[in-house]
Amino acid sequence: MTSPNVAAGCAAPDQSAPLPAGVDLEKETVITGIVNNVEGEPVGGAYVRLLDGSGEFTAEVVTSPEGVFRFFAAPGSWTLRALSRAGNGDLVVDATRGVNEVAISVVAA
Amino acid sequence: MSRDTALVSADWAEKNLEAPGVVFVEVDEDTTAYDGGHIPGAVKIDWKKDLQDPVRRDFVNREQFSALLSERGIGNDDLVVLYGGNNNWFAAYAYWYFKLYGHEQVKLLDGGRKKWELDARPYSKDVPVRAKTSYSAKEPDLTIRAFRDEVVQAIGAKNLVDVRSPDEFAGRLLAPAHLPQEQSQRAGHIPTAINVPWSKAANEDGTFKSDDELAKIYGEAGLDGGKDTIAYCRIGERSSHTWFVLKELLGQQNVKNYDGSWTEYGSLIGVPIALGDQPGEA
Repeated sequence: MTSPNVAAGCAAPDQSAPLPAGVDLEKETVITGIVNNVEGEPVGGAYVRLLDGSGEFTAEVVTSPEGVFRFFAAPGSWTLRALSRAGNGDLVVDATRGVNEVAISVVAA
Repeated sequence: MSRDTALVSADWAEKNLEAPGVVFVEVDEDTTAYDGGHIPGAVKIDWKKDLQDPVRRDFVNREQFSALLSERGIGNDDLVVLYGGNNNWFAAYAYWYFKLYGHEQVKLLDGGRKKWELDARPYSKDVPVRAKTSYSAKEPDLTIRAFRDEVVQAIGAKNLVDVRSPDEFAGRLLAPAHLPQEQSQRAGHIPTAINVPWSKAANEDGTFKSDDELAKIYGEAGLDGGKDTIAYCRIGERSSHTWFVLKELLGQQNVKNYDGSWTEYGSLIGVPIALGDQPGEA
């Protein structure tokens, strides 16, 4: 499976990472995007944690070599926290049904 | 058991990569992680292909486990250090197998692949060649494995610890948020089970919290130190993580992992199920 690099342009497509067949975007709340370093380069192998509105851990994935990650969540407020050897970063997202595209920047501590 | 006997740090691991008698083993769900780079010298165990029986719904038996370890070049006297992705879920699952089949010296690498990556420690793509051994597994130690009838009898009598996420516990989801929603016929949890998600036991870098923090978490959640405990999740891997915490780090007696977990329980005819965020009545 290849993942298009959404960092390449501002006119990002609706889907950062290819969605599996059978995913109904009328029903699913997808949070997807890319992890960048301070130079704007994608960070592969980063750990992205999905925390719920109360800061509780929900799920964790590893970014693809293109820095791309994806979660199936629910509408509402979420915190994304990225950890990597290039540094860490956080982002709050108010997700709605369909595809929610985000970018997380990581900076060395 | 304690932290000193059950865990090694990443620092210790990096210093002992070539120590004689020490075998590093990566255990993963996604074994492409190993192929893309692993701890130098580590061999790989595939959670599904190597540890599950290909026909029966069960894990490998004594003979299959012996054959697997012989083929991977692991001896009965080796110190096996297990690590993997997903915050060591599958490494903890394999640890439980090694204990079940009576391996004397087995430890988990604290933090697993994540800590190794975040520390920017070295990887290798070389697959080590280890001479075959004639490994001999012991009879399975069933004092650490729970089966379904025992779980039903434990309702209202023993500690049942459901380590899935609150949404899975309550019956709002059938699987974790990053996985396909699959398997059991019904959602919910085993009545009287407390919900302590596995993630409560881990720091964000994948290492285990301190013994004091861990004791507080399970104490406040209502775990009764005077009772036997059964941990479960969806397929038995996350509950191995919690089994490891309770048995191997905190040293509690009589802790079992119910590897059938919710995929079995939630498909049984006639057993009681509780819905919602509360443990429910026996």
